[in-house]
Amino acid sequence: MSQRENQFQAVVIGASAGGIHALQQVLMPLPADFPLPIIVVQHLHPDAGAYLPQLLDNKCQLKVKQADEKEFVQAGWVYLAPPAYHLLIEEDHSLSLSLEAPVSYSRPSVDVLFESAIFAYGKRLIGIILTGANSDGALGIKKIKQAGGYVIVQAPETAEADAMPKAAIAAVAGNQAVDKILALDQIGQYLLQWVNRNFLGIRMK
Amino acid sequence: MQNLENQNIELQLLLQAIYLKYGYDFRQYAKASIKRRVLYHLEKHHLSNISQMQHRLLHDVAFFDSLLLDMSVNVTEMFRDPACYRVLRKEVLPALKDFPHIKIWHAGCATGEEVYSMAILLKEMGLYERTQIYATDINEKVLKQAKEGVFPISRLRQYTQNYQKAGGTESFSDYYHAQYEHVVMDRKLRKNILFSDHNLATDNVFGEMHLILCRNVLIYFDRGLQNRVLNLFDEALIKSGFLCLGSKESLNFSTVTEHFDVIAKTEKVYRKKNEEKT
Repeated sequence: MSQRENQFQAVVIGASAGGIHALQQVLMPLPADFPLPIIVVQHLHPDAGAYLPQLLDNKCQLKVKQADEKEFVQAGWVYLAPPAYHLLIEEDHSLSLSLEAPVSYSRPSVDVLFESAIFAYGKRLIGIILTGANSDGALGIKKIKQAGGYVIVQAPETAEADAMPKAAIAAVAGNQAVDKILALDQIGQYLLQWVNRNFLGIRMK
Repeated sequence: MQNLENQNIELQLLLQAIYLKYGYDFRQYAKASIKRRVLYHLEKHHLSNISQMQHRLLHDVAFFDSLLLDMSVNVTEMFRDPACYRVLRKEVLPALKDFPHIKIWHAGCATGEEVYSMAILLKEMGLYERTQIYATDINEKVLKQAKEGVFPISRLRQYTQNYQKAGGTESFSDYYHAQYEHVVMDRKLRKNILFSDHNLATDNVFGEMHLILCRNVLIYFDRGLQNRVLNLFDEALIKSGFLCLGSKESLNFSTVTEHFDVIAKTEKVYRKKNEEKT
């Protein structure tokens, strides 16, 4: 096993109720040259359109867009699932959309994104769960941990809706536990430091 | 990781086995989603790995039939994406109205809701009597449902709203009658619809078309298969014929992009150019 094996390749984020604000908090501290692509499922009304990616793009240094099917993910970009479609990542790191039935009443579903991301990136994946009023993403978080990836969950007391972070924490309690539970305003900064340390540390070898 | 690698090998072998045994070619489907659906089916039948599933489907046709239903995504609705039907009503069908005979191919029609929507649209524009609709799908079970034209009453409210948003000029209730938990579509709508079995991955063009609708089918294909299918459509369309795709699909990555003009960008309506191919 080479040291390169530890290098992270992507970040996946799941958010629901309260997520529009939370995503801004997490993404705004990240610089335009953040070395990993970020792929996001935020539950939205099916008719929500492309308002959220535009809002985030205006506020963030990273470029933010709604995911197009078959496009390859790149560092410096944030991709959001279009409302009413599941978003998946292929093993060649291109994006796919699907209209399969909702999972845990959700489409897009955080679990669907996370599960496909594990197949695509294995342990080189960072998964983050933010605010939300359901348990979507809990199974995905558990699977990311099982695959050896790194998991951050928003501290439930800092979440507008605490059900989703609580479910994620509970899903891995007992055996492996999430790697970090952080207040909302610390997640972006921590992610940046963590990725820089791991990413640059290996590059400098 | 080892496990994951084995699983991918097993998946490839499964798709190969399905193709050899039953002729359905899923080998060029987008992998992430097909894998999800195979694993879902695995769990549903309490099988421990994909190899077991392969063994079972080779020897058990009924098992394969149930897998086939899980492998294709048959999500659809009446007048899905109403804005698209407005474009059909305002820009596409008026351009076809002078043809003595109109041929429409609805590829990947699933349970047929969008085919009946098209039939309604044609009726309201006075074009139905000289139109032939070919509605195709790979799955005979869903085609059978489509032919019956019986849909759950629970979705009626949304369908009625869609119909109105799509610019419907009559009352939607004119087109069906309710029967307990279902609505039965007016038999007259079915007269000029031919439902048949066609596989976009393996079959060829079967006639010249004025309009092809293939919505939310290409998203499940990889780039190679998308390109094959779009070339098929290009071949089937008459010059100046129309192509209508799903709202997240496009011609962008295909070799036929240059052969089409964009009629409606958001609604994904294209028109084949009226010139010889170079």
